[in-house]
Amino acid sequence: MIIEHPLLGPRDAAEFTYLGDARLIDRPDWQSETAAKDFFEYGYLRDNPAGWHQELWFHEAGDRSWLVITRNTITHEISKVELARDVARSRGRSK
Amino acid sequence: MHDLKTITALGGAEPRIDTFPHITISENDSLALASVAARLGSEVECNKHMQAILGSVPAPGQAVLREPESGFWMGPDQWMIEAPKETHELLADDLKARFAGCASVTEQSGAWVCFDLAGPGMADVTERLCAVPIRKMQTGEARRTIIHQLGCFVVRRTGADHLRIIGPRASAGTLHHALITAAHSTA
Repeated sequence: MIIEHPLLGPRDAAEFTYLGDARLIDRPDWQSETAAKDFFEYGYLRDNPAGWHQELWFHEAGDRSWLVITRNTITHEISKVELARDVARSRGRSK
Repeated sequence: MHDLKTITALGGAEPRIDTFPHITISENDSLALASVAARLGSEVECNKHMQAILGSVPAPGQAVLREPESGFWMGPDQWMIEAPKETHELLADDLKARFAGCASVTEQSGAWVCFDLAGPGMADVTERLCAVPIRKMQTGEARRTIIHQLGCFVVRRTGADHLRIIGPRASAGTLHHALITAAHSTA
């Protein structure tokens, strides 16, 4: 599997490590009234779709950036690769 | 007064040089290293300082090879600066003063070992060590890769067959072993 790194171009998947669902970016607000329930869901509940899935990958043997990769779990086709920090910023994180 | 002598990463009094008919592998003990990481919101100011030091800011996957300082890209808004240890022993302190609050500067000289590979067999040896497209790499390209399970930087330097490998100093012996093994297997 080849991952098209947004900065470095095509790289072999062996250079990367997999973390899982990219919803980990959306850390709940700890001051919210429903924080306990939110963190339970954040920590333990994952969808496991057969099809398109947004995932976090770490370029461990490269520039060590975190990526959000949109991958089809059935075909392993990759439709989109973004820097996780760009995704997080677009969702209003990290100011 | 103590009479202390410095040793190289491989533990010798002098840098180790291994010469083969097709390649020379030299431990380079003369580098001062410091990393520069732009702080959030100060990227533009940090780039200005990088430009002033190196002439241009290393793009992703690239190095800027200049004297005395050279530098290469490590990750988004992060670079490594190299300079001769003899003239720039306090490189990190100097850079810290220069970048003031716009970048985090960390002393790296004690964290890395540097090997210079030069000779007609350089590409053959490199191909056996790591997955960089060495025959396509031009002078001034830099990549991070895995050599013998160790995360290393490889930088194509100015010479036609000169490759610089910067790897973790604590595993200098292991990295050296890998280089020598690859040199023997391509001899």
